[in-house]
Order: sequence, then structure tokens, then C-alpha cells
Amino acid sequence: MSINLLALIGAMLTIATPLVWAGIGELITERSGVLNLSIEGTMYLGAFIGFLAAARSGSPWVGLLAAVVSGVVAGALMAFFVVTLGLNQHVSGLGLTLLLIAICEFTFRLLYAGDRPTLDDKFAVLFRGTDVLAQHWLTYVGFLVLAPVTWWVLRSTGLGMRLHAVGESFEAADVAGISVTATRYVALMVGSALMAIGGAFLTLAVLGSFTLDIVSGRGWVCIALVIFARWRVWPAVLGALIFAGMDALQLQLAITSAFDAVPGELMLALPYLAVIAALAIGGRTVRYPGSYLKAYRRA
Amino acid sequence: MKFVLRGHEPRWLAPVAVLVAVLVTLALTAVPIRLAGAAPLAAYERYLVTPLTSTSGLHEVLLTATPLLFTGIAVAIAFRAGYWNIGAEGQFLLGAIGTTWVGTTFTDLPAPVALPLGFLAGAAGGLLWAVVPAWLKRRAGIDEVVTTLLLNPVALLVVQGLLNGPWRNSSSGFTDSDRLGSGFDLPALIPDSRVHWGFGVAVVVIVVAGVVLARTATGVRIKAAGQAPRAAEFSGVDVGRLQWRCALVSGAIAGLGGASQVMGVQHQLTAGISDGYGYTGVIVATLGGLGAIGVVLVALLLGDISVGAQNVSLVLQVPAQLGAMFSALLLLAVLSAMSWRRYRLQWRPRSRSGGSR
Repeated sequence: MSINLLALIGAMLTIATPLVWAGIGELITERSGVLNLSIEGTMYLGAFIGFLAAARSGSPWVGLLAAVVSGVVAGALMAFFVVTLGLNQHVSGLGLTLLLIAICEFTFRLLYAGDRPTLDDKFAVLFRGTDVLAQHWLTYVGFLVLAPVTWWVLRSTGLGMRLHAVGESFEAADVAGISVTATRYVALMVGSALMAIGGAFLTLAVLGSFTLDIVSGRGWVCIALVIFARWRVWPAVLGALIFAGMDALQLQLAITSAFDAVPGELMLALPYLAVIAALAIGGRTVRYPGSYLKAYRRA
Repeated sequence: MKFVLRGHEPRWLAPVAVLVAVLVTLALTAVPIRLAGAAPLAAYERYLVTPLTSTSGLHEVLLTATPLLFTGIAVAIAFRAGYWNIGAEGQFLLGAIGTTWVGTTFTDLPAPVALPLGFLAGAAGGLLWAVVPAWLKRRAGIDEVVTTLLLNPVALLVVQGLLNGPWRNSSSGFTDSDRLGSGFDLPALIPDSRVHWGFGVAVVVIVVAGVVLARTATGVRIKAAGQAPRAAEFSGVDVGRLQWRCALVSGAIAGLGGASQVMGVQHQLTAGISDGYGYTGVIVATLGGLGAIGVVLVALLLGDISVGAQNVSLVLQVPAQLGAMFSALLLLAVLSAMSWRRYRLQWRPRSRSGGSR
């Protein structure tokens, strides 16, 4: 059994990229105390709108921009449901996921009835020919810009402090003059835009096409990663790398087929099981943000 | 002008809110129908009315509603107890696995033994999948939303793993299981139709659940545990134990849904055995007001729309996803309208005490 290690690392970084973007998006919204179950649908929306805009305009940049806008809209919608109306977070998040996926599938069927369209132009790989460094620019930005900047913003800026205050204790934040509503709206809109970029990466950079199973549960993986990382940026990135590494390994093993003992599905299931195990072992010590799952209403 | 909390809620308000939500949903779905080049009114008729006008259409509605009845009541029981089981999808799949296992292992069993065994195995599968999150919630107070949700993709991976590996079809080599023994075929409930006895089992389950929830002391306790856990605890209800039991019952019923789908429709395990029934079950339970009658009505409505959507996609070339869009929109619209009914519009701000909430 021979495995090309460099190719493996390269594939790992590519697979981890959408998880890093969307995972950090989910992390930001959860820091404000909102469990955003619309992530799966928002990634799907970003993937589809990004593809559609890129296919129509011929430019992946237009696609990316459209995906960001669609993500902001999805985030605002989610915020309207759970912040303005104060609806149950899991039911509205799940409902929005189902709605967004249905809208995208409907439009896709309508426009492309049955054929499999491809983009004329997608984001090219930088540094061709080298296994590890041959990545899309979104991968570089995700790991080298997005993650450190988010980490710094959450940790050292007034914005991060406000988010933290709202997430931990919205009554105290409100008393201190921080608008709970505005903070959560911004967190959801920014976070959802990042999720949409994560989805758009799949169509605009990796596949250059759109299929109905394009996201296939990556949003749920991100939810797992964020909790596994206990709402911290670097552990979430690490978690994304570990998951992506197992996925890449599983793909390589499937190709070489020299190693049938471990089914690929088991390796794909590991991140979910790892989170549940971490929750089980960590037990009560896993501290959720204080205002998790709660809608704010002034008493 | 601002919104203030109502002191008193008139009786007509809730039905009016639902009506408004339905109208809003219809108006919003007119956009995609128009985009698909069809006339909205004609399309509505085909969606909502046409399946109900023919016997075969009615049969299809009952068939399509069957899995939703199981997952809907399963979710409703858990939600009512304040246990947010988002995992009906996974529990449904494990039920299907359990039934497939007995159905392909004991192929020679006669129907009177096989059918109860199949349902039992399905319930056991669903129960098994519900145990871990419920136990973590009860023993360590770990939030069940995340654990139940994350077990859904794991269940799908288990199905795929089985179908790619040990359960791969032995004659065709395709990634679906062997056919179940013929004793495991659920007979038709209505002669010459595809409506099978799974529908009957679903109705029995729902009637029992409805009676327990609405007419017994246990039902009152469950409601109290869900709506005011502290008060319930104070008046002597063991909320933790009640939620644990409801979680397990919920998982078992979702598993029965998987059993019914395997024995009544597919007669084998396929990766697409659940068409998101567990997730749609959350819609059914929520829209149905977490009650038995509501669940039946909403499941039938969604079944109607789903059959109508197939019909419309064939006749008017409007993609069938309009059905899924409609149900998700309806959920969000009804929830929004119901949250608004607690507020009224106040035109001029009065004294502070009158306007505060």
C-alpha cells in the first residue's frame, strides 16, 4: 500500500476549505448565542447562486459576489425569524434549510432540466504542479487570512467583545447599552455570508459545476466542528483539517483498494461520533454560550 | 406606532393567523409557479385539489402521508415533553435497517410471525438510535438538539456502509439490499391500491398517542414538563425521567416508520429509503401543534401537496420541488404569524407602563 503523502495533504487542504469558511461562519453566529441550523441550506444556496451567477456572467468573481449577497440575505432572514420574531431556533433553522434547498433544486431543475451544466471559467489553482501548494486562493485566504483575522477580532476588538457579551449574557449586554438585536443580526449576516462562500467554493473552485448533492451534510459537519472546538477558532480549523484528512485518506484508500478492512463510511462518520464522544466525556464541562438557543425579550 | 404585547387574546386570532399564513404561502409560491410558466390558480388546483378528486389520487395521498404520520407523531411526542428530538431521520433509517436485517435473515417466516417481528425490529432500531442522546441528556444534561441532529448523517452513513459492503445486492450487485422474505410484505390495506397496512399501524399509533397525550394524567405531565419544567418538577413530576421515556418512545415510533416503508413500499433497503421524512416530521409536528389530530391533518396535507407536485411536474412542467418549498414556507409563515398574534399594533405610544412588555 503506497500513499502519496504530499497529494494527501494537498487534498486535505482542499477538502477542509469549505469547512473552514462555513465553520467560522457558524462559530460567529453561535458566539452570539444563535445555533444556526440553516447552515446546510445556506451553503447549498451559496453553491447554487454562485454557480448560477458565474454561469450566466462567465466570471467566477461575479459568482462569488452573488453567493456572498445570497448568504447575507439568508442570514438576515434567519435573524428575522429568531431575533425579531423570537421563534424557536432549531425549528426555524431546519425550516430555512429545507426551504433554501427546495428553492435551489426547483430553480436548478427549471433552468437546466436534466442536463449537467459546467462553468466556462472557474477559479484556477495557484502554483500548479506542486501537490501541497497547488490550492485555490480561497484556501489560502481561508487559512491564512480568515482564521487569524476572526481569531483576532473575536479576541481583541470591541466588535468581538460585543459579540461575546451578547452571547454570554444578553441582559447584561443590553444594560451595558449593546444592542442585542443589531449584534445578532450582524453576526448572522456575516456568518451566513461566510457559509455561502464555503458552499460557493465547491461549485466555483472544485467542481466547476452544480449537482443536487453538492453540500451533502457538510453544514452538519461544521456544526459538529464548532461544538467540538468549544467555540474557538483554531481548534475548529484543526478539527476541519482532521476531518478533511480522514476524508482524503478514505478517498485514496478507495482508489488504491489495497485496504478494504475499514469502510470509508466509518471514517466519514468519525467526526460526528468524535463530537458526541467529546460531549459525553466532557459532559457538563462543555460550556455553551450563556444565551444559547434563547431569544431576547426585554423583561 | 409600535408593537405591544396583548393582554388578552381573542379567540378568532389563532385561526385568522393560520389563514393569513396559508394565504401568504400561496402568494409566495405563485412566484416560482409563474417563473415555471404556469398559471398559479390552475397550479394550485392541481396541487391541492386534483389528488383528492380521484380514488387513485386519494390512495397515493394516503401512501405518501404514511411515513410522515410516523415521523410527525414521533417528533410531536418528544417536542411536547420539551425534548428537542431532531433525530427522527436517523431513527427512521435505523428502523429500516432493523427491519431489513430480520427480513433478509429469517426469509422463510410466514406473514403472521414476520410482520410483527419486522415492526418490532424497526422499533428496536429507532429506539437504539434514540438511546444515546437521551441517555446523555438524562445523565449529563447534554443538549439533545446537537446530538440527535448529528446522528442523522451517521445513520445515513451506516445505511450506505451496509449497502456498499455486507448487504450489497447478491444477485444484481447494485448498492441496495436483497429483497426481504415474502412473509415480510405488508398486505394492501385498500384492495388494488398501494396503500399498505403501515398506514393502519400509523393510525393506531397516533390514536393511542393522542389518547395518552390528551386524556391521561401522563399526557398532562408531559405537557407540563414541556411547557413549564420547573413548575412540573415542583409539583412532583420527574421531568428528566419523563423526557427520557418520551425520547425513547419517539425514537421507536420513528423506527416503526422505517419498518413500514421497507415492508410496505420498497421491500428492500435502499440509500434513498427516507426522502427526508424525519426532517419533514419536524414540520408536521410543529404545524400540527404537537397534537395527534394536527399531525394527521398536516401529514395528509403534505401528502396531498407532494402527490400534487408530482402531478404538476408531469403536466405543467413545474419541478416537483415546489411541494417541498410549499411545506417549508408554510412552516415558517405559520410560525411567524403565530408569533405575531401575541402582539397588537399600537398607533400612539401611551404611558410607559401601558406599552411595556
